[in-house]
Amino acid sequence: MSAAAIAVRGLVAGYNGAPVLRDVSFHAAPGQSVCVLGPNGGGKTTLFRVLLGEIEPAAGTIDLSARPAYVAQTERTRLDFPVTALDVAVMGTLIHGRWWLPPRRSDRQAARAALDRVGLADQAGVRFGELSGGQRQRTLLARALVQDSPVLLLDEPLSGVDPASAALIAGVFQELRAEGRTLLVASHDVESARSFDLVLCLHGRQVAFGSPAVTLDRATLEATYGHELIVLDGGRGAVTVQHHEHGHED
Amino acid sequence: MEAVDFVLDPFRSGIDRRALLELALVGSLCGALGFWIVTERLAYGAESLSHGLLPGLVLAALAGAPLLLGAAGGALAAAVLIAFGSRDARMGPDAGTAVAVTGLVGLGALLALAPDSPQRLEELLFGDPLGITDGDLVAAAAFLLLGGAALAVLHRPLVALGFDPPGAAAAGISPTLVRLALLVLLAGAVAVTVQGLGTLLVLAVLVGPPVAVRGHARTPARAMLAGAAVAIAAAVIGIEVSFHAHSAAGASVALALCAAAALGAVLRPSPRAARRGARPRSLRRAPAAPGR
Repeated sequence: MSAAAIAVRGLVAGYNGAPVLRDVSFHAAPGQSVCVLGPNGGGKTTLFRVLLGEIEPAAGTIDLSARPAYVAQTERTRLDFPVTALDVAVMGTLIHGRWWLPPRRSDRQAARAALDRVGLADQAGVRFGELSGGQRQRTLLARALVQDSPVLLLDEPLSGVDPASAALIAGVFQELRAEGRTLLVASHDVESARSFDLVLCLHGRQVAFGSPAVTLDRATLEATYGHELIVLDGGRGAVTVQHHEHGHED
Repeated sequence: MEAVDFVLDPFRSGIDRRALLELALVGSLCGALGFWIVTERLAYGAESLSHGLLPGLVLAALAGAPLLLGAAGGALAAAVLIAFGSRDARMGPDAGTAVAVTGLVGLGALLALAPDSPQRLEELLFGDPLGITDGDLVAAAAFLLLGGAALAVLHRPLVALGFDPPGAAAAGISPTLVRLALLVLLAGAVAVTVQGLGTLLVLAVLVGPPVAVRGHARTPARAMLAGAAVAIAAAVIGIEVSFHAHSAAGASVALALCAAAALGAVLRPSPRAARRGARPRSLRRAPAAPGR
């Protein structure tokens, strides 16, 4: 019996029989945060889709302590869809069943509490597409908070958000870890990865997994990003070239 | 009084009243259902299904069976054939669907134009709202009740799926099952509505209303209600035009639906304008947020 909130062993996954992700094995305990680094097409989104049960793994095993909550990239949502921030947060209550009935008062209260936690209590009635990028990301985080899952998957939650939203989201991450929740965060940001407990580097396969001190060295990052990596300041820092092309094999 | 008489004259005839009632019943549900058909990008599938059920309609007409039965059987056969045709990865789903639908329409025309066939091809292709029977009205009313109940039960999953499919899946909703339920409703809508509007015009009542109201409604429920209202209004206008201009009733209603869609699209605010309007003035000139 493992105490891990999430444990993946020998995972192989892909689309239409063609693997895009191979040999992935990692684990995380309750309260730990894992940064998933990799270039576009490296397999981050594929890993998340497998963990969410959207696609079946071709090989390997996955142990999850519960169905994970998911925070998508805001550009993958439909901005012209007529829903408010509160409507989006209420969607998180679908995890409790009763999908055939209107939301209860307690569902709306939970959604309002989650919006308050991410600093959007006064934006509850605003249409999602009319919110700023940072506010949209916080709304999606609120929906995940409503799900109250011990495991959260977050797909580049800080990408393109304003500094105030980024600081607020980072604060919520700290609270969630203190509550014993496990966070799996896909990111391009090598520098922010240093603040996580663990780092998983992907490039079509698992390049490395371990603490930031072990994984964030120049050789590992070059193997992860290849020519997308730019090393700064004599090797003490690094950034990646980001291409915002998000296909299903991202 | 002359103006009132002008408007009410068509509905003093039992035939036109019956046509209006039929179109109002099916339009109420199709206008609401259409919001989800457009949201889930199923308009091409709906068009394929409505065209592909022609052989079923013709066979029912030849056998003297109820057209609804033929439409239902035709829709089922078309759905299977389209699903089979669209699976050919070498051609792509669009090409496979096009071949399947063209073949079905050709088969339907072949059967309908045979020397021994009754002369009903025009009615099957373009509909005949003025030929609605009591049985058709009962079927339309039952469809409205059952379909409306299904849409009410599925509302929350449809909203979650329409907004963000992966997020809906993470919240425990099965996108596959919800889309399957939507396709069943679509097949029922086409089978019931095709008697009034024909296989070529039925799509107008499924796609016209949601396109007309898209971008104007603040919630999915309001968009559905507004779509139903647009469908009923288009039915009234179409029958008025048909009565006074002596034009084909089904085609007149279809054109009114398409005109509503065009008007709604022209008057739709751009997403950028909507966002600018919603944002506090102090933020309108703020520089773009840094990447991180």
